[in-house]
Amino acid sequence: MIRQLMSYLIKHIDSFLMSCLFFTLLIGLFVLYSASGQNVDRIASQFANIIIATGAMWIAANIPPQHLQRAALPLYAFGMILLIGVYFFGEISHGARRWLHLGIVRIQPSELMKIAVPMLLAWYFAKREGTIQFSDHVVGAILLAIPVLLIMKQPDLGTSLLIGASGFYVLFFAGLSWRLLIGGAVLIGASTPILWSLLHDYQRKRIEILFDPYQDPLGSGYHTIQATIALGSGGLAGKGWLNGTQAQLDFLPERTTDFIFAVFGEEFGLLGNCLLLLLFTLIIARGLVISAQAQNTFCRLLAGSITLAFFTYIFVNIGMVSGILPVVGVPLPLISYGGTSLVTLMLGFGILMSIHTHKKLVTT
Amino acid sequence: MRSRSEIKNYQLEQYNFRFRLAVAAIFVLVCFGVLASRFFFLQYAKYDYYQTMAENNRISLVPIVPNRGLILDRNGVILAHNFFVYTLEITPSKVKNVEATIEELSHFVEIGSLDRKNFKKLRTQSHSFESVPIRTHLNETEAAKFAVNRYRFPGVEIRSRLFRHYPEGRLGSHLIGYIGRINDKDLASLKESEDLSNYKGSDHIGKSGLEQSYERSLHGTTGFQQVEIDADGHAVRVLSSTAPIPGDNLILSIDSKLQKIAEDAFGDYRGALVAINPKNGEILAYVSQPTYDPNLFVDGIDSESWKALNESLDKPLVNRPLRGVYPPGSTFKPFVALAGLENGKREPPFSISDPGYFMLPGSSHRYRDWKPAGHGQVDVRRAITISCDTFFYGLAMELGIDRLAEFVSHFGFGKKTGIDIVGESDGLLPTPAWKAKRWKQKWFPGETVIVGIGQGYTLTTPLQLAQATATLANNGVGIRPRLVSSIQENLSGITRPIQMITNDRIPLEQKNIDIVRAGMIDVTLPGGTAASVGAGAPYAIAAKSGTAQVVGIKQNEKYNESKMAERHLDHALFIAYAPAEDPTIAIAVIVENGRHGGSTAGPVARKVMDYYLLGKMPAEPSIPKDAASLPEAGHEGEEPPHD
Repeated sequence: MIRQLMSYLIKHIDSFLMSCLFFTLLIGLFVLYSASGQNVDRIASQFANIIIATGAMWIAANIPPQHLQRAALPLYAFGMILLIGVYFFGEISHGARRWLHLGIVRIQPSELMKIAVPMLLAWYFAKREGTIQFSDHVVGAILLAIPVLLIMKQPDLGTSLLIGASGFYVLFFAGLSWRLLIGGAVLIGASTPILWSLLHDYQRKRIEILFDPYQDPLGSGYHTIQATIALGSGGLAGKGWLNGTQAQLDFLPERTTDFIFAVFGEEFGLLGNCLLLLLFTLIIARGLVISAQAQNTFCRLLAGSITLAFFTYIFVNIGMVSGILPVVGVPLPLISYGGTSLVTLMLGFGILMSIHTHKKLVTT
Repeated sequence: MRSRSEIKNYQLEQYNFRFRLAVAAIFVLVCFGVLASRFFFLQYAKYDYYQTMAENNRISLVPIVPNRGLILDRNGVILAHNFFVYTLEITPSKVKNVEATIEELSHFVEIGSLDRKNFKKLRTQSHSFESVPIRTHLNETEAAKFAVNRYRFPGVEIRSRLFRHYPEGRLGSHLIGYIGRINDKDLASLKESEDLSNYKGSDHIGKSGLEQSYERSLHGTTGFQQVEIDADGHAVRVLSSTAPIPGDNLILSIDSKLQKIAEDAFGDYRGALVAINPKNGEILAYVSQPTYDPNLFVDGIDSESWKALNESLDKPLVNRPLRGVYPPGSTFKPFVALAGLENGKREPPFSISDPGYFMLPGSSHRYRDWKPAGHGQVDVRRAITISCDTFFYGLAMELGIDRLAEFVSHFGFGKKTGIDIVGESDGLLPTPAWKAKRWKQKWFPGETVIVGIGQGYTLTTPLQLAQATATLANNGVGIRPRLVSSIQENLSGITRPIQMITNDRIPLEQKNIDIVRAGMIDVTLPGGTAASVGAGAPYAIAAKSGTAQVVGIKQNEKYNESKMAERHLDHALFIAYAPAEDPTIAIAVIVENGRHGGSTAGPVARKVMDYYLLGKMPAEPSIPKDAASLPEAGHEGEEPPHD
């Protein structure tokens, strides 16, 4: 009886991926305990987030990919309606319009789009399978651009870039021509000045200060300076758990969320950083293997996009904390405090597991 | 069933996809490689740099202010000490709205506009986690009132702080000086002398007198607490602590009883007195009248008191012995006499016949003696005794200004004595070279004539005059005067005497010194200009009285005391040493507008000598009010500066 229940529960769970995720989440809890100033309530709250996110993951893992494929278009449409709703009726907090009040729940439609956008694009290219032409990529790009621009307008640069990236990965895996890719890269390089003029003042400032954080050591540059001091002073083996002076003495801002990696790096040093990077690499590697073994175009494209999107979150966050990328509000996946992004993330891993564990059923 | 081409197509697509996956994997590895090398750069290559940055971030040095050293007189009487005062202090970082809190506090404790101003100033100079006094000197009632309502004021505390106090009040205020709040000028000079770090926690610094001159010894060494702070500057915990070293105590050569007697002896007169032990340079009394209460300055003087002190015609803030410059008048004559003797002029039995005036060859201008009819036959000894002007006019002329100036400069005229108190005036010993430089004018022979009686451009401070007298008393061996005789380490109690510094011995012939001394002794004997000063003294006093004109009198104009405004009256001067055969005290006294040295300045000196040599307390506390108009044996009216 129990054995049956257990086997039912883990039937669609990928044990390797799950082990890596749990290990990373556990590290996250430890870092959070330190970063929050040993706040047990924070840990309890994040633990609840993990339980909910794991539940979401389990549900996603148990939904066969073909159901997801069918749900892609309605989900995207729903997400777009909410985004447009945010655009007109959204609630403003911290100078950005990101939230939508729907009676009792307050939701952030951009989080939903992190999943819905790659799902829709994967669905679209799967539908056009075998006959994919340049025009399909144009259609895909338009389907991608609309939500990205809406989110950029909120303004939420971090999320819009991440969604843009996840959509781009679908286009890439769907066979976007190399010529176009290279040509596009050159074009973007050339159009940088125009993009620059489109950015908000605070975004420009972030970029300027990226190159010289000491321009504004107590203002915008403060984050970067304090984070690099935290990392650098961590040294080879770190100052030890709960002993990071930068973190414990409040010098690090946003240290439970976007800048939690600085706390980790300060307390666990170069060795800890490399170990964490290795753990992330294992998760990404597993995602790529699942993508490679996926049996249809929808699954392949979705799995590949989810995996690379995860990578992108990591790279952007750590790049920002270590001072090689501009400060954009992107949390470190699996480590940063916060429920919403964790649920979205684990949903993505659930989809990966679903793709991997449902494939035999499809082929027979 | 899939068609063949479909399968082939499917395989090609999968191949393409996997190729792109491989490209993505390489991209991921490259990006992570970039991150890893960034970690290596930050955490390995630049570790030391960032380690230092983190330490600087978190460790703050909180100064522990040392106790300021005490100032004691030669018998251990405390002249300056520290005591604890209740202060009401606000820690700005712990208070939400500082302005509102002050407003609220003012309902319980009186907070004046000066308090608010001081608070504002201090607040800008301190960290947010340091507490800043809003009110000092809380009395018991106020402290109790606040204590009851304390719960309403988080971040506000009653503390006890060390304050400087001068228990003797006005006594010797010019020599002790005072401390005051450190201002921008003090900060600049501390920066220059690289002492700024030692004043991290100090609010006060010596502003005048010994408090200023011995600042380095008195202040002590500031201790430090290494405190871990967070980004808001809140102290989290103490990492290490270095105890402060309290400032050294100053033990003065001043006898506060003698000082008191000397000050009281002035009564309502303004003036100065310096008494020196000629054998070791120790200053026994150092008077500048009127005095003021240095306690007013400690915590910032209020504008009314400041105005009263600063604008008073009596100039109580002027340190007269140090910075007051007066023509020496006839007190200069013994030195001129010695200059003549040492240069082979006027050696006894040489004498002149005094007609009551002196004329330069080829000039009709008469340099008058104070005694219009003249003194008759006068030798050098008698010239001193009766203060014969005519004798010294001629002697100065014969010596020449350069020779005369050179000689008396050995006694310290025209230069700083080197006393251990800062701000000393040079005085002025005029020479043709000086006049050419200062006024771009030629030196006139008449100017030499009046230097002979201590007039003209000649200016001395009371301290210089005392030092010159001490040097004369000590047979030409000058010892640098000093107020502090030893410095006592506060912790160990070890007392280090201040090294006595002896100036080069002036090569004088003893017989010449003896002649001058004999003349000076005669001054206080019947027939001398200050016979009343020596009356009844069981020890021999060598002295010389003098008068210095405040307002010039034109040629042929009659000098009329009664018509002159009190402040335009002549200054009275008096120098003395005793016991004349083996002096242990040398004194210079100046009584401003006291008119006659023998009658006003002389009695002051006598009281000081009586107490010092005999332990005799003075009978009457001050100069008799009518002393200045008493018909005295010595009325010395001298020729005005040549104009």
